[in-house]
Amino acid sequence: MNLHEYQARDLLKVAGIPMFDGDVASTPTEAEAIARRVGGTVVVKAQVHVGGRGKAGGVKLARNPAEASECASQILGMTIKGLVVNKVLVVPAADIATESYVGLILDRATQRPVFMVSDAGGVDIEEVAAKTPEKITRLAIDPRYGLLPHQALTLALALYRDWAHVKAATRMMHQLYSVFMSNGASLAEINPLVTTPDGKVLALDAKIIIDDNELDRRPDLAVLRDESAEEPSEVQARRANLTFIKLDGDVGCVVNGAGLAMATMDLVKYYGGEPANFLDIGGSSNPEKVVNALKIITADPNVKVILFNIFGGITRTDDVANGIVAATKQFKVGVPIVIRLTGTNEAEAFKILESVGMAAMNDMDAAVSKAVALAKEAM
Amino acid sequence: MSIWIGKDTRLVVQGLTGREGSFHARQMIEYGTNIVAGVTPGKGGQQFDNSVPVFHTVADAVAQAGANCSVIYVPPAMAAGAIQEAADAGIPLVICITEGVPVLDMTVVMPYLEERGVRLIGPNCPGAITPGEAKVGIIPGSICSPGPVGLVSRSGTLTYEVVNHLTRAGLGQSTCVGIGGDPIVGTNFIDVLAAFNDDPKTEAIVMIGEIGGTAEQEAAEFIKANVKKPVVGFVAGQTAPKGRRMGHAGAIISGSSGTAEEKFAAFEEAGMGIMRRPIDVIDLLKGKMQ
Repeated sequence: MNLHEYQARDLLKVAGIPMFDGDVASTPTEAEAIARRVGGTVVVKAQVHVGGRGKAGGVKLARNPAEASECASQILGMTIKGLVVNKVLVVPAADIATESYVGLILDRATQRPVFMVSDAGGVDIEEVAAKTPEKITRLAIDPRYGLLPHQALTLALALYRDWAHVKAATRMMHQLYSVFMSNGASLAEINPLVTTPDGKVLALDAKIIIDDNELDRRPDLAVLRDESAEEPSEVQARRANLTFIKLDGDVGCVVNGAGLAMATMDLVKYYGGEPANFLDIGGSSNPEKVVNALKIITADPNVKVILFNIFGGITRTDDVANGIVAATKQFKVGVPIVIRLTGTNEAEAFKILESVGMAAMNDMDAAVSKAVALAKEAM
Repeated sequence: MSIWIGKDTRLVVQGLTGREGSFHARQMIEYGTNIVAGVTPGKGGQQFDNSVPVFHTVADAVAQAGANCSVIYVPPAMAAGAIQEAADAGIPLVICITEGVPVLDMTVVMPYLEERGVRLIGPNCPGAITPGEAKVGIIPGSICSPGPVGLVSRSGTLTYEVVNHLTRAGLGQSTCVGIGGDPIVGTNFIDVLAAFNDDPKTEAIVMIGEIGGTAEQEAAEFIKANVKKPVVGFVAGQTAPKGRRMGHAGAIISGSSGTAEEKFAAFEEAGMGIMRRPIDVIDLLKGKMQ
């Protein structure tokens, strides 16, 4: 789960990491009040879960409170890459001497939290990693012992020479590690970490991603989810216990299992079509899940055909067949449905579908190529 | 005995009396797996289906029933503790089916297992099956058949799809291992590939990967340097968008790294057979095994 910048700032602030004053606003009036309080020139930043906010006009400079109000009214309500902006962050425009990068990620290869720091900050760290990997210092931390004092010092020394800066950064390494561990993060980064002409070290922008698997046992983190910042169909799917990701194609896919769901999308592409979504109905499917899945997919006007690909293991294919029948009775699907079912209770499933005049097949390639052909006919 | 599980497996089911645990335990028993014990704290002394003794702890299951392998079906928040309990009880092979285990928990579990020399498969995996001998986990036994093909996969139902193709084409399996779809898993591709390479019953290997991370690339390097048997591979997620978690916690393209294309390229570089579709497994293997 991605946190907004203002939410990430709150977590860093609680841990004692120094940063510029500032706050989040939902209205131009609030933005104006914050600008007045912090004084001077401010930056008004859209709070959305996409990169490239600046290029899209979602980050603006305001020289006084009146301008801050004006900027906020322009940014609030605008759409960036399909997502509506509901909040802006108002922070002082910083007077910056240097910019660095400090990040902590859950690294798959070492199976540990790994610090990445670089004095080439303020830019896309992936680009730095790809082009000039020697500019990044990496350090894996053993979670049994935590971040050791000399490790924090080594990381700080990779960024600064001035001892006051080094001391401040050393403390921040410990604070960031504690934010990461205590919030079940898979990523916590400060980019940039800046020094000011008057010698301060401050976090300017923050990004935190929480491991979704933490949310069940951490209701305090789960409430940070901002559903207004997500694709509505994906929110609806999550509430129905479905894993759904909207894509741009026209072949709607309903599959059991994440790997098979990806392979189904790939096969749609292989046969010349474009998948409209990723959708995993999960292992223990009940008919209601299938009904919800069909509701979500048919709400997408791009969808020209719906493809079911069910390999019954734990999932009983007759449950899925019952779900399809129930859905077609509840509402008009409006597009053709191609059904591939195989495995547990396959014979019953075929009978259920035949009884309402629907056909099913048990070969994945045949079903996918048929769905792609139907989508093309409908164009 | 193919790899890791077989006729000698004496299984303890952690979470036996729960909904998932009891359902799958019955399936495993029906397949012929020797389940010697179950563990549910608070239900020690009971009998499951009048045939399997239930204990409070794994240590009791080892001492009194001689368990030598554990399978875990407990809720995600309890999974790390269950794995560590099995390790402390001296179980050398632990298979964790549970999905949704917090990843930070796994960063602590892994060194704990290393110190005790314990192999973990999973979490978030379908388990393993040696057809005709034993199944540990949730892979449907009916689609498998004994034979010379070793299979290793990060996925569940996609594995079934491929196994089904193999069985229908007369290509039986030595052992099928689902290593799981999480960012941190106990057993990786290389561990399984090395075991298949050393297993006299395995003549060819199928590897099913997916987007995210670099496990497939590392496996390809290992194959190039060490594996003498033919290997064919598939990568799911060729059409996945960047930065989105595709169901499995580990199936995410971060920035521009972890794509299907870079994994296929590594397969090609290692001289593996490239499955563009699951069904391609048949012709590729038949060609390589002649």
